[in-house]
Amino acid sequence: MSQAHTQTREFHERIDAALHNDQLRQNFRSALTGIMARRAEQFPDDVQLQALREQARAVRANALVKQPELLERLEAKLTENGIQVHWAENPEQANRIIYDILHAADAKTVVKGKSMVSEETELNHYLEKRGLTVIESDLGEYIIQLAEEPPSHIVAPAIHKNRREVAGLFKTFHPEIPYTEDIDTLTQSAREILRTRFANADAGISGVNFAVAETGTLCLVENEGNGRLSTTAPRVHIAITGIEKVVEKLSDVPPLLEILTKSATGQPITTYFNMISRPRQADELDGPEAVHLVLLDNGRSRIRVDQELLDTLRCIRCGACINHCPVYVQLGGHAYGTVYPGPIGLALEPQRIGIDKVGTLTSACTMCGACGEVCPVKIPLPKLINRLRAEAVNGERSAAPISGRGSLRKSGEAGVWKAWQWLYRHPGLYRLFKFAATRLRFLTPPSLGAWTRYRSAPRPAARSLHELARREGFRHE
Amino acid sequence: MSESKRYILGRLRSKRMQSTTAPEVYQKALDWDHERRIDAFTRCMRAVRGEVHRLARDQWVDWINRELPERGLRRLLIGSGPIADQYAAGAADGIELRRYDRKVDDWKEALFHEVDVALTGTLAGLAESGSLVLWPDAREPRLMSLAPPAHLAILEADRLFDNFAQLIAAEDWATRMPTNALLISGPSKTADIEQTLAYGIHGPKTLITLIIE
Repeated sequence: MSQAHTQTREFHERIDAALHNDQLRQNFRSALTGIMARRAEQFPDDVQLQALREQARAVRANALVKQPELLERLEAKLTENGIQVHWAENPEQANRIIYDILHAADAKTVVKGKSMVSEETELNHYLEKRGLTVIESDLGEYIIQLAEEPPSHIVAPAIHKNRREVAGLFKTFHPEIPYTEDIDTLTQSAREILRTRFANADAGISGVNFAVAETGTLCLVENEGNGRLSTTAPRVHIAITGIEKVVEKLSDVPPLLEILTKSATGQPITTYFNMISRPRQADELDGPEAVHLVLLDNGRSRIRVDQELLDTLRCIRCGACINHCPVYVQLGGHAYGTVYPGPIGLALEPQRIGIDKVGTLTSACTMCGACGEVCPVKIPLPKLINRLRAEAVNGERSAAPISGRGSLRKSGEAGVWKAWQWLYRHPGLYRLFKFAATRLRFLTPPSLGAWTRYRSAPRPAARSLHELARREGFRHE
Repeated sequence: MSESKRYILGRLRSKRMQSTTAPEVYQKALDWDHERRIDAFTRCMRAVRGEVHRLARDQWVDWINRELPERGLRRLLIGSGPIADQYAAGAADGIELRRYDRKVDDWKEALFHEVDVALTGTLAGLAESGSLVLWPDAREPRLMSLAPPAHLAILEADRLFDNFAQLIAAEDWATRMPTNALLISGPSKTADIEQTLAYGIHGPKTLITLIIE
């Protein structure tokens, strides 16, 4: 069986499993309803919201146009500040770089802040295989690390778990703590468990929300304080980020920060905004003695080549498109089977990984447009998803830099559309076809494959619209 | 230059991009007066369970002496700047003072487990978002506002700005970024279990701001 067929079958199996898990759907429905309401409360004035979106879009678009220069400026500035910069083309290189840094520093235990890029590289797995202990310190990440599951949402990784499931995990892994389903008590337990880990870890790993080229500054947005602890308490800090996260100026940061936190979780600002520009200086008493930044490409530079697809890279990973997606709310994040789920996943993953591997994802979209409306940097997500659907079945050559183009093309489907195109171009034949379709409508087969599994088969009307219009007296319909 | 860097930059440069003009600097001038700023700051901070009190300059030491024991916060961590010295000069007997005066590596365990509350100054405050702005340094290190379960911050009332954009422009941050700059907008919190807000996860559970005039 071809790879294209396999990915479609596997995706449909995951969808089927998700749709039959009532608990899972309940967890997502209740969580996302709340997030959408809180986001809306942060934007009472649509004129101001649109101005802020336009500002954020312009900041990101400007950074992408100047990306090679900005990355070089960022590296120069960080180096001047004493932060070491490493470049990685793919996950294997990034993981290797990080392992080598840890090994050279004789680091055995690592605390991690949340980083979706490290999910791309499957960093935890890589380090654990080499004997290191890696502890996720974000509460949601810690929960799914115990459950040995990937994140189901890019901002709220354990959104698919309810309090009983979390209580069950704590009981299994921390039997010394009395069982409780109370969220405040569970949170306090996590604090106690992870505190000792922070105090003793040799190294901290984090992601980056914005990297400022002008000043050589790494910006991290968070609520828990685990990001600050991971980047402050251990003696080594390694940040990993995608090459698209660079922005030009420090003055670019305030609008991005504002629209990120409001869009992501409906907060005017998060508890902590942490800006790191240097390792610990000689007279300072804490902070890591060494700070490293790993810049990961992993397909991003290829995406940038296409004038339309380039917009994908403006993403600031707020998750608003995911929260507002009517398909995501039904399926949850794991059904997608990729690191990034939801609308941004549909747009990004086929480009990053290849249409032949995950192109079927683009079918999980109703084209309702909600994602495009809420995106804080105005990524035209429905347009990008539609473009990728077309690329997936495109039989012609083009310069589009996507691997697996045309791999989902089916000869039967293509033949039907070709025939339709031909029919539509011949008015006489088309009229004849319409006449036959309406008069012989009782011949419509009752079963039409997957379509009629949950729906009744469509049947042509008794008379075409043309005929009805003519009967009503319209002459130039 | 590393191989990877050369390849990545090569691919990025292979595409001639249409040039763009840099976006205008984001300025959301609010032109709030002094009272409006204090009001907005207090409202935002309290909305996320931050405590805010307005005090006269000669009252804050007494306030700490009186209020901390009532909250069960006795072991107080201070730095070595003017605020620490001013407090130490008037500290009450019931408060057990500890100075952050050596490298963290020498006393990390105690810092994480044997301090109830830390006292720091602030560089500024942001009215619109209810944020404290800190530039930790050798005299007030980074972990003071993070490791202990409570953080007590002194904010000079005339150091309140409308918002972040106004502050970084007015004080020219772009030419003089410190090792670490922080915005702190409330006590540590999480909503990772059922999107239900819970306070005091990894950072301080209690954040008290004393606005001094």
